[in-house]
Amino acid sequence: MLPDWFSKWNRENPTDVERPAIIFGAVGVAVIAVIALIVLGQPFATASLQTGPRGTGMEVVEFKSDLAKPDPTIELFLSSTSDPVVPTGSEQTAGAARENVPPGLENLTIENYDRLLAAMRAWTGIPDLFDDAESYQTAVGHVMITMTRNINENWDGHVNANKEVGVTCFTCHRGEPVPSEVWFKATPVSKATEGWSAVQNRTTPLSSFTSLPSDALETFLLDYGTIGVHDFESRVAGIPGKDDYPGIQHAERTYALMNYVANSLGVNCTFCHNTRAFYDGSQVTPQWGTESLGIQMVQEINNEYLVPLEGLLPEERLGPVHQDAPKAACKTCHKGYQQPLQGTNVIGDWPELATSEAPEYGN
Amino acid sequence: MAEYQNIFTQVQVQGPPEMGMDNENNMAAERMLQPFYSKLVGWIGNAQIGPIYLGWTGMVSAATFILCMNIIGINMLAQVNWSIPEFLRQGFWLALEPPSPEYGLRMPPLQDGGWYIIASFLLLVSVCTWWLRTYLLAEQHKMGKHVAWAFASAIWLFLVLGLFRPILMGSWSEAVPYGIFPHLDWTTAFSIRYGNLYYNPFHCLSIVFLYGSVLLFAMHGATILAVTRFGGDRELEQIVDRGTATERAALFWRWTMGFNATMEGIHRWAWWFAVLTPITGGIGILLTGTVVDNWFIWAQEHNFAPMYDGSYGYENYGSYEAFIGREE
Repeated sequence: MLPDWFSKWNRENPTDVERPAIIFGAVGVAVIAVIALIVLGQPFATASLQTGPRGTGMEVVEFKSDLAKPDPTIELFLSSTSDPVVPTGSEQTAGAARENVPPGLENLTIENYDRLLAAMRAWTGIPDLFDDAESYQTAVGHVMITMTRNINENWDGHVNANKEVGVTCFTCHRGEPVPSEVWFKATPVSKATEGWSAVQNRTTPLSSFTSLPSDALETFLLDYGTIGVHDFESRVAGIPGKDDYPGIQHAERTYALMNYVANSLGVNCTFCHNTRAFYDGSQVTPQWGTESLGIQMVQEINNEYLVPLEGLLPEERLGPVHQDAPKAACKTCHKGYQQPLQGTNVIGDWPELATSEAPEYGN
Repeated sequence: MAEYQNIFTQVQVQGPPEMGMDNENNMAAERMLQPFYSKLVGWIGNAQIGPIYLGWTGMVSAATFILCMNIIGINMLAQVNWSIPEFLRQGFWLALEPPSPEYGLRMPPLQDGGWYIIASFLLLVSVCTWWLRTYLLAEQHKMGKHVAWAFASAIWLFLVLGLFRPILMGSWSEAVPYGIFPHLDWTTAFSIRYGNLYYNPFHCLSIVFLYGSVLLFAMHGATILAVTRFGGDRELEQIVDRGTATERAALFWRWTMGFNATMEGIHRWAWWFAVLTPITGGIGILLTGTVVDNWFIWAQEHNFAPMYDGSYGYENYGSYEAFIGREE
């Protein structure tokens, strides 16, 4: 194929082409890569939010590309909210002029009631909410209004820890009739085992798809389990599982809860803890306190409001294993963000949901 | 040049199989398996496979090990309702777990750790007979018992984790689960439960010897490969009859860092570093929960857990709004 003189010349003049090819190729690629990095910048740039003393590695790290994208549901909320109409005192009340007004909202002015009803329908994605007095959605909706007001009124320390943000239907629902990230009891995960063997080592959403126990939310956010992993002295006698001497199992279950919390907030251990001493109250951030209040809040939400829905909800809304009511936890509101809706104030326009008393319109 | 920078053995010798000694112990009669050669195996080791000595220790060890592994595997299979696809999909998540804490040191029901106790007992027998095998075979060959004692140091850590410490703690629930991810969960939970194992000085020592072993192995392997062209890979000869390979290797290290091991001494370094890794680690585990329950507080009491200057909470270093780029 090649001319004879070419092959002959090559035979007579053996040259090592591989060595320079490899060297120049490698150097060339390196030079181009360096120039690209300098000109275009780090393609996976990160930003860190320091959370503790330097030298402890306490920080939250995010990709800058992720930080540049705001929570898409914020826009959805802003398009569904409206300014309150300050009453003059001469308006008709909703209770007198409208049908099927949920209890607690009767004394609103018609303008504000219509405004709220429209917003609640947009937030929950139920276009005929409260139209049918017989519908289970109406009955559930009544409980939910009470719950929302209770959260705003009595859990200020968690909800408004940083600034006034409050909660509305939208905080969980985000335009969907069934909020995302609700949970059901999933244990035992295996029929072949019992006890400690039957609650873990399975890829469930409740264990955040780890092999950690799947009963952590149930234990700590429903059954009022105490988080107490450590001993507070260097030596404490005891037998695991007896006389309050915590076993490794308890640590593992707590770890499952903590892992869930971290995933729900898009943070890591060091958002709250100095990881060298998880238990030490003098080495935690203020967010640790906010979180502790959050755990108590979720216990109340689940036990006072959501578990009792079991009798109201139709079968297809109940859990697949135990036919239990859907329950809330961190991610139901936070959806992966440190603050739900990235700290958007959702209650400012809605004094009707902020309190169980008469709403304050600033008049 | 590239000859010694290869991950594979460069010289393979294949000929009549080497059958080894047949002395007054009638050794050859007890060896089974017709020897054969594998070029693939020859790349990373000796190309000759077999013959092998089984003996009563090997028989017991292999039988109990197979039984133990079957119990673990069948338990995992039962947990996914005998579904092979699920077994493969969740294989790294599945485990045979120790008993729940309420059973203490009693025999629990089979489905709540009973199988674990049985599997552990079989594994114990298997490992111990395999140790005996290394000892007896060394004796037959009139060797030192260095391999057996090194293996014993690993068995020490194994026994501390699964036997000695659970007994001292009064509960089998303290033992380590048999599973890929679950045993890692156990390791983390164990460290956190007992107040951070990094503050356990024996854990520190174990890490020193572990990383030290890695360093020594890399230095030794590199040195010998580097002087193989001078006959340095004939290490035993070089110990008693030092040649230019040894001289060069020794001078290299002495002139690099002022100190060098000898052809014999480097193997003592390596042996002790390797053996001390599980010995110190085992001591650290054995003390945890039995003598010290919170290693961080213990470290504070012994003045080696420094406090850091600075505030806790991001409010002191920036704002959430600035971080997410949504400042008002």
